[in-house]
Amino acid sequence: MIHTIVAYVENKPGVLNRVASLFRRRGFNIESLAVGHTNLPGVSRMTIMINAEEDTDVAKRIESNLYKLVNVLRVDDLTNKSPVARELALIKVKANSKTRNEIIQIADIFRANIVDAASHSLVLEISGTVEKVSRLVLMLEPFNIIELQRTGVIAIERGSHQIPSEPPSLNYTR
Amino acid sequence: MSKLSGAQITMEVLKKEGVEHIFGYPGGAIMPIYDAMLDYDIHHILTRHEQGAAHAADGYARASGKVGVVMATSGPGATNLVTGIATAMLDSSPIVCITGQVPSNVIGTDAFQETDVTGVTLPITKHNYLVTEIDELADTLHEAFYIAKSGRKGPVLVDIAKDVQNAQAEFIWNEETIELPGYRPDLSPNTTTYQEAANLINNAKRPVILAGHGIIASNAHEELLKFAEYTNIPVSMTLLGLGGFPASHYLNLGMMGMHGESWVNTAIQEADLLLAFGMRFDDRVTGNLTTYAKNAKKIHIEIDPTEINKNVKVDVPMLGDLHTILKELITYLEKGKHTKWLKKIESEKGDSSVSDIKHMPDMGHLYAAHVIHDLWRFTNGNALVVTDVGQHQMWETQYYHHDQPRSLITSGGLGTMGFALPAAMGAKVACPDKEVWVICGDGGFQMTSSELTTLAQEKIKLNVAIINNGYLGMVRQWQEFFYDRRYSATPMLSPDFVKLAEAHHATGIRVSKREEVENAIITAQNTPEVVVIDFTVEQEDSVYPMVATGSDLDDMIRRPKSEIEW
Repeated sequence: MIHTIVAYVENKPGVLNRVASLFRRRGFNIESLAVGHTNLPGVSRMTIMINAEEDTDVAKRIESNLYKLVNVLRVDDLTNKSPVARELALIKVKANSKTRNEIIQIADIFRANIVDAASHSLVLEISGTVEKVSRLVLMLEPFNIIELQRTGVIAIERGSHQIPSEPPSLNYTR
Repeated sequence: MSKLSGAQITMEVLKKEGVEHIFGYPGGAIMPIYDAMLDYDIHHILTRHEQGAAHAADGYARASGKVGVVMATSGPGATNLVTGIATAMLDSSPIVCITGQVPSNVIGTDAFQETDVTGVTLPITKHNYLVTEIDELADTLHEAFYIAKSGRKGPVLVDIAKDVQNAQAEFIWNEETIELPGYRPDLSPNTTTYQEAANLINNAKRPVILAGHGIIASNAHEELLKFAEYTNIPVSMTLLGLGGFPASHYLNLGMMGMHGESWVNTAIQEADLLLAFGMRFDDRVTGNLTTYAKNAKKIHIEIDPTEINKNVKVDVPMLGDLHTILKELITYLEKGKHTKWLKKIESEKGDSSVSDIKHMPDMGHLYAAHVIHDLWRFTNGNALVVTDVGQHQMWETQYYHHDQPRSLITSGGLGTMGFALPAAMGAKVACPDKEVWVICGDGGFQMTSSELTTLAQEKIKLNVAIINNGYLGMVRQWQEFFYDRRYSATPMLSPDFVKLAEAHHATGIRVSKREEVENAIITAQNTPEVVVIDFTVEQEDSVYPMVATGSDLDDMIRRPKSEIEW
């Protein structure tokens, strides 16, 4: 089961290393990790996708381990909150006069943008859920993908609710 | 306001933090701090290896409850600290490590004696810092002390670039303001949790307390005593919990786990309620997790949330400071009796490999049991004992009975050989009025014996009992039990420890008969300098009982009958 965990961290040197080191050391498997600035000065936000057994405890343990890092401000598990989760991908695919139109049609279906065109290639830009990006990649594979870069997922909770930067009290219940 | 150098600011912070002793070793990248040190009333102890300095700071912290401070230079100086830092990390010992780093303009260029020290120590410190700006120096050091001693304690490393040590700045000290928004060590359980715990305790028929290092770290020994006496619940301890509850108390069970006595492990397996107080269900105390205390509900009082449900699923976790929680929890409880349960445990205490071997006659074989039992008798059980790692360490737990907290210092989590002598040095510096004894093996002693000269230079008095069996004993024991007696790389030649002691300005005594033990101990106590006693003991003795790795906790290897029918 894939867990979507969001962490607010202080924007300081080495913080990414600390988080990555924690996951390596405790044997948690990172599917993807995306980091960027937030609206709060000095605070970055990480979206971490974790593959863990269908055991709520693992997510809980990841959460408490993240909290143990001095530079981690707040951690939220969005897995069961059906968040808006999006990934961006840039795909460079082989294209010639015969295949170009077909690729553009596929791009249209997926609402992908053509951001570069050359005599023998096209670059497509797509944003969407992991599944959508994966399906486009699958569709483009027969045309020969030259390069592919995915950003990893970023996620945000739906509704006007704002994740406070204050951490919640750690409350363990049975 | 006049400006100070970074080196002076470092010393000013140490002064503000109440530091009286530094264990360390100078070198190029930390010379400005060592130069400034001469102008401050803080005593520096020059160890013979940086590892010794780290262990000494650790021993100082464990004996005193204060933060130990260690200093080293960049590169090899800092990497030599690694074993000591990891030891402190696994045993939650509060130390602050200050290392010099190459100047900030050459960091990352593989400059002379440059190592990525914050990178190397990242997984073995509670937190670490690299300081490249003079303006951040004072606050960073202040934070380091705060983090080391709060919450679950641990080592913090501050790596200071040499140019920062030389730079000038105003020294601004904000006693109260530490801005660490992501660090909140103060946790406390809610009322419902107390009520849930109380219900379990009030209704338990066969409860056992598992007291860990947290009892000592949180100074909760008096609360534990009150709690146990009020509820009449017997207390077993982890290795690091020993001393947290008086061994002479009628509710004391002793140490649990791999080398715990049979009645302790049996009681845990038969319990219907376990009260885990500041312990972490380490594999050495649980044995096979799938059969561990299967019928017991579990209450876990713990300062570190990551320990909850890590190894053993618990029914009521209570997060926070043990001292505070025990004080509060008792107000929810009814007075307990547990007469039947205590009687049952008491009846099993006759089943003991300890008393068997303790009273074994000499017959030309000196046993470690004799030595440690006598040491306990002739020090009236009042010594501060620092052990190394291995068979002697387990025998110490069986034959030396600790009534006071902080009277046993040992490397539990990491199991670091070579720990004892330097850690004892730190302990003696922290507690100059205590009688300090090192108990170590012939193997571990050789790892850090060079610190004997440090003791001589500093006129630090302690005594060393080497349990010398000519083997790396615990590994040999495992080879005997699990590897068909194939003694691979465990027979070990030692130097002449008496001469070695003398070469290090200490006194050496060799003992190989039981009747010589008393005299040697008393001589050591009455000699002003360090005394090293080389106890030549039975070579192939083993520690019993033993729960093999992965076995059920009550499935114990016992001392063979042939060895005890004398």
